[in-house]
Amino acid sequence: MNIFVLLKQVPDTETKIKIAADKKSIEKGDIKWVINPYDEFAIEQALKTKEQLKAGSVTVVSVGPDRVVEALRTAVAMGADNACHVKTDQDLDTYLVGKALAEVVKKESGQLIFTGKQGIDDDQAATFGYVAELLSWPSASMVVKCEVAADKVVVHREVEGGTRFVIQMPVPALVAVDKGINTPRYASLPGIMKAKKKEIKTYSLADLGLGSEAPKTSSSDFALPPERQAGKKIAGDAATQAKELVRMLREEAKVI
Amino acid sequence: MSTYLIAEHKEGQLKRVSIEILSECLKQGTQPTCILLGSGSLEGAAAELGKHGASKVVILEHSDLASYSNEGYANALYAYLSKQSPSVIISGASWQGKDYLPRLAAKFQVGMATDCTEFKLSGNSATVRRPVFAGKCSKSVSFNASPAIFSVRPNVLAVSGGQSVTPQIEKTGAEVGSIKAKITEVLSSGQKKVDLTEADIIISGGRSLKSADNFKLLFDCAEVMGAAVGASRAAVDAGYAPHDMQVGQTGKTVSPKLYIACGISGAIQHLAGMRTSKVIVAINKDPEAPIFQKADYGIVGDLFEVVPHLTEELKKLKAHS
Repeated sequence: MNIFVLLKQVPDTETKIKIAADKKSIEKGDIKWVINPYDEFAIEQALKTKEQLKAGSVTVVSVGPDRVVEALRTAVAMGADNACHVKTDQDLDTYLVGKALAEVVKKESGQLIFTGKQGIDDDQAATFGYVAELLSWPSASMVVKCEVAADKVVVHREVEGGTRFVIQMPVPALVAVDKGINTPRYASLPGIMKAKKKEIKTYSLADLGLGSEAPKTSSSDFALPPERQAGKKIAGDAATQAKELVRMLREEAKVI
Repeated sequence: MSTYLIAEHKEGQLKRVSIEILSECLKQGTQPTCILLGSGSLEGAAAELGKHGASKVVILEHSDLASYSNEGYANALYAYLSKQSPSVIISGASWQGKDYLPRLAAKFQVGMATDCTEFKLSGNSATVRRPVFAGKCSKSVSFNASPAIFSVRPNVLAVSGGQSVTPQIEKTGAEVGSIKAKITEVLSSGQKKVDLTEADIIISGGRSLKSADNFKLLFDCAEVMGAAVGASRAAVDAGYAPHDMQVGQTGKTVSPKLYIACGISGAIQHLAGMRTSKVIVAINKDPEAPIFQKADYGIVGDLFEVVPHLTEELKKLKAHS
């Protein structure tokens, strides 16, 4: 089975966000870029699925500037067989990213897609929906368990309030995974050596027929939330502190 | 301009976020057409929308819409809406709205915005504001193509008392097309947990809890307050709590009235997920913990001593009121 993983490179979660001068994006100068944490689970799930089926290949795809090659090589070091880079320096919207990814999967004859349930940068959680719809594939997101057979995928989708749906989909299908589905492996030393030499296939937006497409949404006015101020420290022994806290929450803050 | 609100219901019971969006539209002088999808018994939800000021409700009915599916919803909505020339389409940013709305946007070949906390309807479009990086910053989004499609975060917009009306109800058979993803079973964890994103009060624990068993301290306290229990990434990664309890950038973004952080140092990715809480309390042994810089009330102390006392004090308070 041709398994694809859609991955995004995002700022590390410890990043302190600064706003660019034109307020149309964040300051990208000194950011440590990592694979989107949810996509790491997707890579692991793809590798596991291939191992379990004892056949097929895992191809990782990412859209972005040259730096995303590093994320692709990390995925190859973890065990992915192939990597495709859709190279662009433009800030694309979810629509265009979804379209580009769907075109790559079509060209490369993908049969099963794993991706994270959302990017932890833009938090849109929408790319998987665009890709699935543009390919006319079924999809399930927030997936915490996944079993793949030759012609079908059975997933557990966890929704709010502790309910799980068991969903069966025919292949081809798209699975957007949640944290907790697995524990991503580390890259092995031979994997790292292999990844360094791995040829990465590059596509331009024009190669995908998207050379003249403009984004359908525009972002502006990036702003930081107001800083919170440190408040009161409550002194005394534990009993006094607890008593005083309850009094303050009731009388001052009026939240209990 | 024509604005459509896709109202959400659970077994015919209207979700509050739909009324929040309706109220905001009416406040801005726009009467949206509300759409309900299902397989019957939606008159109650339609009447409820009317009570909050909706004058027109469209019910799309089909037996395949008895349970939710992203394909069924997107197909039925596109089949109906593509004949109406909509300029704005809004839904709640629930697990459903976040799931089918990107599909609907792909069908219309347009962009979309998820989880907006503000929107402004103007002319034939809209501009929205939404948090990104789990709330470390926010941005405005404008739409370059029509219709403008976006989802709105629950519990952010106020419900205002719209004029109660008897809505004009249009029932129509939905075209759901083929649904390939089939629900074969629904499993419930059995626990009746307060959902973190809907909770008014949250008490969260970090790695200092030292074990999954020790989270009982927090559950006991939460029970007295009717609170939900959350956890830091460190606690989840250590296996003390399941991922659905995680608050922060790779977990849930929450905005309760009261957030009590116990033994949580306040890593930047955790703060991102809870910084918009109205009141923050920090209980931590380390007086230098960054969480104290964000907390309205700080207690430097051992959570194993403070939390049981807190539970007792809350019990007393409850007994008196």
